[in-house]
Amino acid sequence: MTRHLMKGCEAFAEATVRAGCHCFFGYPITPQSEVMEYLSWRLRDFPDGVFLQAESEVAAINMVYGAAAAGRRAMTSSSGPGISLMQEGLSYLAGAELPCLVANFCRTGPGLGGVEGSQCDYLQATRSGGHGGYRLLTLAPSTVQEMVHLTVLAFELAEKYRTPATIFSDGILAQLAEPVSFDDLAVVTHPKPWATTGADGRARNRIPRHFFSEASETDELDPETVARYRAMTGKGPAAPLIEAERLNLTLAEKYRRMAKEEARWEVIGDGTDLLLVAFGTIARVCEEVLDWLAGEGIRARLFRPITIFPFPSEALARAAAGVERVHVVEMNEGQMIDDVRIAVGREKPIGFYGRTAGGVLRVGEIGRAITGALARREIHA
Amino acid sequence: MPDEKKDREAPGAVQEASGKKPGSLLTGVAFTYCPGSGCTHGSLNRLLAGIIGELGIRSKVILVGPVGCAEGIVKYIDVDAVEAPHGRATAVATGIKRSLPDRVVITYQGDGDLAAIGIAEVMHAAIRGERISTVFLNNTVFGMTGGQMAPTSLIGQRTTTTPFGRDAQLSGMPFHVAEILTRLPGTAYVARTAMNSTANVAVTREAILRALEAQMQDRGFSIVEVMGICPVGWKMTPRDANTHLSDQIIGEYPLQLFKDCVGSCDGGTGDGQVGPWTGDGGRGPQG
Repeated sequence: MTRHLMKGCEAFAEATVRAGCHCFFGYPITPQSEVMEYLSWRLRDFPDGVFLQAESEVAAINMVYGAAAAGRRAMTSSSGPGISLMQEGLSYLAGAELPCLVANFCRTGPGLGGVEGSQCDYLQATRSGGHGGYRLLTLAPSTVQEMVHLTVLAFELAEKYRTPATIFSDGILAQLAEPVSFDDLAVVTHPKPWATTGADGRARNRIPRHFFSEASETDELDPETVARYRAMTGKGPAAPLIEAERLNLTLAEKYRRMAKEEARWEVIGDGTDLLLVAFGTIARVCEEVLDWLAGEGIRARLFRPITIFPFPSEALARAAAGVERVHVVEMNEGQMIDDVRIAVGREKPIGFYGRTAGGVLRVGEIGRAITGALARREIHA
Repeated sequence: MPDEKKDREAPGAVQEASGKKPGSLLTGVAFTYCPGSGCTHGSLNRLLAGIIGELGIRSKVILVGPVGCAEGIVKYIDVDAVEAPHGRATAVATGIKRSLPDRVVITYQGDGDLAAIGIAEVMHAAIRGERISTVFLNNTVFGMTGGQMAPTSLIGQRTTTTPFGRDAQLSGMPFHVAEILTRLPGTAYVARTAMNSTANVAVTREAILRALEAQMQDRGFSIVEVMGICPVGWKMTPRDANTHLSDQIIGEYPLQLFKDCVGSCDGGTGDGQVGPWTGDGGRGPQG
């Protein structure tokens, strides 16, 4: 196995290339500008390589929209404020059911915030960052090596589900250099008969499909959807309404399928005194917290969500069964607690420790916070 | 430009000149532009459908639609089409063209979409010299949302957000897109035409052909700013609207071929102003 010592940013960039993504559009922002710096020379290795520094994140995400519509694997990468500017485009991408990859190397906020690593965009990433109530398949690696594997997987799932996928990481993993291997990456692609590549010997393709509904095109409507709509409203088909309904029903169905088939997680340790829940960078610190707590006589286990949308709710419920208390650790003010609460039910006490000003929480700091909370029988939520 | 008096005709004449011709790529989906209003979008959509059909490039064209009244076009022309977010058509087109450099990528945008919310995207597409062509219908108003002021509205123009007329002190001066883009070395073809007469429709047709030629010759960004009418938004009859276009709007926005790098170029200095239309079929003095 060949291993390279690489920063998270650069390993991520190389992983996108290895995944067959040769289309990058982006705008510089700390702490992840090295992604685009790396790709600026790396994509020149490919005849179909497209690298473009856009005038803004707004333009960059719309260029991704164009490249994805044209059937290419396409991506962009940014951080907090830049991701906010991309939310309009992400809503359109979700609505148009276009596959692409967006990485958020999260920094602190709100507003300008700072460039230190943070997880303060959890709610934006897992709910509907832009308008319209869509969701994005979101993967949260905790090591540079895992980021490489999840990046390749993200492209596959984006195409499988026809959805934008996101890598949710932070400035710490972006800047952390670790040994990483690109061997044995499983690159899976899906056909794109829907792409707008020029109507060469075929009927035209239109993106987004639902936008093109017209009274004269009702014959193109799915009869099942027409029947369902009729049952709900008692009325006959009104094309634009049915198309809007169909899009949202399609998306809802897609998100249910994702929750069933794509939730990913890891359970570390088997202690029953306490269940720690943490994702991303802070989860690997929490692995060491398990040892620290063991030194205090507390036998704990760690549940690490790898997908934060879909949230591995059922798996967390199983991991929490028979454990007295749950303690959530995040690099924010507790944005994941709602998801944890939904998973473990109302009865189980949930404690929390987190910091919001960026940077890594240390093992002893987290350990002392937990033992203190246990001693006080403190319940956060 | 052509003799205004002689060529000034009711919009009906425009419709005739740009009606569906053999080989046109209209889909047959009924236009939803304000019916019977004389709205220029209908005739400009027909014109563009005819041009793409005539050039025989259906298999290569990807059309990018805007948000606003003009968004209808993606339904009406039988080519691969993508609907962009408001103002972002040239960014979306950039993504498509960079991905598929041998295709012909066309954006169709109104003046709210292009000159207000989308000005950064169009400026930078032009700055980069993207090989895309933009058909820009300027009717000096936001049509779809009910006739609000656009950056292109004339001083004194009454709209639903300037009920006392556009005031320069409050809202600035009318924005001249073609003149600004002409100064950018990345633009290969810049023209302003109008749809107020049969002769000017013919000039518009020639200008769009030339803009597409600039793209196919890999020269740079090309744009045709087409001055049109929005009788419903302006609260005028079609005939009065056409007169307003001919008498007032074209006074503010002169019809002109600003830059033409098809075949050869002035070196892209941005000084490529080549003078007013001569009415010779649209090529201008350098044609």
